[in-house]
Amino acid sequence: MSGATITASQTVPAPRLAREIIRPALIFIALALVPLLAKLLSAQYLLDLGSRVMIFAVAAVALDLIVGYCGLVSLGHAGFIGLGAYAVGILSAEGFGDALISLPVAVGASMLFALATGLICLRTRGVYFIMITLAFGQMIYFIATSLALYGGDNGLTIASRNTIVGLPLIKTDLALYYMIFLFLLGTYLFCRALVSSRFGRVLRGGKVNAIRISTIGFDIKRYQLVAYVISGGLAGLSGFLLANSTEFVSPAYMSWQRSGELIVMVIFGGVGTLDGAIIGSAAYLLSEAWLSGLIENWKVVFGPILVMVVLFARGGLIGISAKLWRPQS
Amino acid sequence: MSNGLAEPVLRLEGLSKNFGSLVVTDNVTLDIVPSELHAIIGPNGAGKTTLINQLSGLITPDAGRIIFAGADVTHLPPNLRALRGLSRSFQITSILSGFSVLENVALAVQARMGSSFRFFGRAAKEKALNDPAMDVLERTGMAHRAHADANALSHGEKRALELAIALAMQPKLLLLDEPMAGIGPEETDKQVELLRALKGQMTMILVEHDMTAVFALADRISVLVRGSIVKTGLPVEVRADPQVVTAYLGEEME
Repeated sequence: MSGATITASQTVPAPRLAREIIRPALIFIALALVPLLAKLLSAQYLLDLGSRVMIFAVAAVALDLIVGYCGLVSLGHAGFIGLGAYAVGILSAEGFGDALISLPVAVGASMLFALATGLICLRTRGVYFIMITLAFGQMIYFIATSLALYGGDNGLTIASRNTIVGLPLIKTDLALYYMIFLFLLGTYLFCRALVSSRFGRVLRGGKVNAIRISTIGFDIKRYQLVAYVISGGLAGLSGFLLANSTEFVSPAYMSWQRSGELIVMVIFGGVGTLDGAIIGSAAYLLSEAWLSGLIENWKVVFGPILVMVVLFARGGLIGISAKLWRPQS
Repeated sequence: MSNGLAEPVLRLEGLSKNFGSLVVTDNVTLDIVPSELHAIIGPNGAGKTTLINQLSGLITPDAGRIIFAGADVTHLPPNLRALRGLSRSFQITSILSGFSVLENVALAVQARMGSSFRFFGRAAKEKALNDPAMDVLERTGMAHRAHADANALSHGEKRALELAIALAMQPKLLLLDEPMAGIGPEETDKQVELLRALKGQMTMILVEHDMTAVFALADRISVLVRGSIVKTGLPVEVRADPQVVTAYLGEEME
């Protein structure tokens, strides 16, 4: 019995080192080197693709926070991306083109919307939660299409990227790339800290066994609501980045298909790992970029791959990499 | 023990619950006095777990009141009852799998100490949570398993962890739902010793099928048959009661 204890405590640190330090470090080093690669190959599209991967990675990490750590599957997260993006677009159209204003508004509006809808969504469970988040996502999609003043169905072109404290710091694609990089890094580190904090431990406990958590004194819904608001705010941040990257906002940003893609990214990468969401975003968007070059209907190929990953590697791509890391176990 | 003067820790007044046409709790009135270990026994399907679930707040009674420490808690949710000092263990082990043994207990300590809206700092490394949790694990003989995954425990160890989680709440009243269910004789003896050591430190309600354990531990016993209490008394009185013997004990004691 004591022998088992010793082996258990010996095997714990090694995978955690891999899981929480080495693996994310490799991911971020790779992302940091993308502009260099783009320059060497003189392939500007790599820089755009890398930005896009990181922007959706911010939203996917945010989604993983509630899917992977609360067990709440939201099919409305694109709505928050759209809110964040529209905050940038509308403010810019009204003459407020500085990130000092648009960033807090983008994140704040998303958090407020998450709070208002979360209070209602969290009264439900399982499939009903999925449906009601979908409904709220669709609601703001249709609000966006009806904003005739700001482009309606056609969307809204943004005159220029946000300035930062009055300075055109993200004028170049390279500067924008590294700003997005820093926001993704910040998002990842923030969520990583969150899930292992006191707060995160309550969330994880509630996912495993909600009844046990309530009988030791926690009102799990309050914790889930706060997590939902944080997740919504981070998805809004992703929208802020998206609007600045494309210099355009459109209701398509908040379509339910986009919400579905975010779920695919999280599952494909590995639910409940945070860095898996980054891998998932990269895998999805790279597949889209390359497979769609080969076949028009690239999802015909991607679909079966996703099915295989879900069937044979429950932990997603991260799960496969973890198995390769420790082949003996 | 039952001096009749002390204000009861828990008072049940006419508690009733039906599942459809099935009466599972039938007008139960009972006082639990401070520091006693009160066993509730009865045949399968007598409604023991349903009663415990109403006490801990997982099920709302149809009628009657639950008075805990002088306050009406009949409609209080489980988490608030737990924070007031009403703690429980589960018949079907309800530990957090994927969490270490220490984390299971430390989370209960965290609940009791409040302030769980802390977003930074690694909870797993907090001395303020781990030290009291480790104390409880030592008292329950589980300290050597502190860093094991809760899933990797033997059935008996899981039962001990159940108890440790409930104890970490520092309850005024501890509800034990069949703590000996499904464990071997040796581990049953350990659990009995553990509960005996806890006697007097807190009030306990013990639902249990193992009659040897019940008669070894209980100060008073209530017998539940088809949702209603047919007898409450000292162990010697309950053992001698003809109605109890025919309803239940006869078959069990042989």
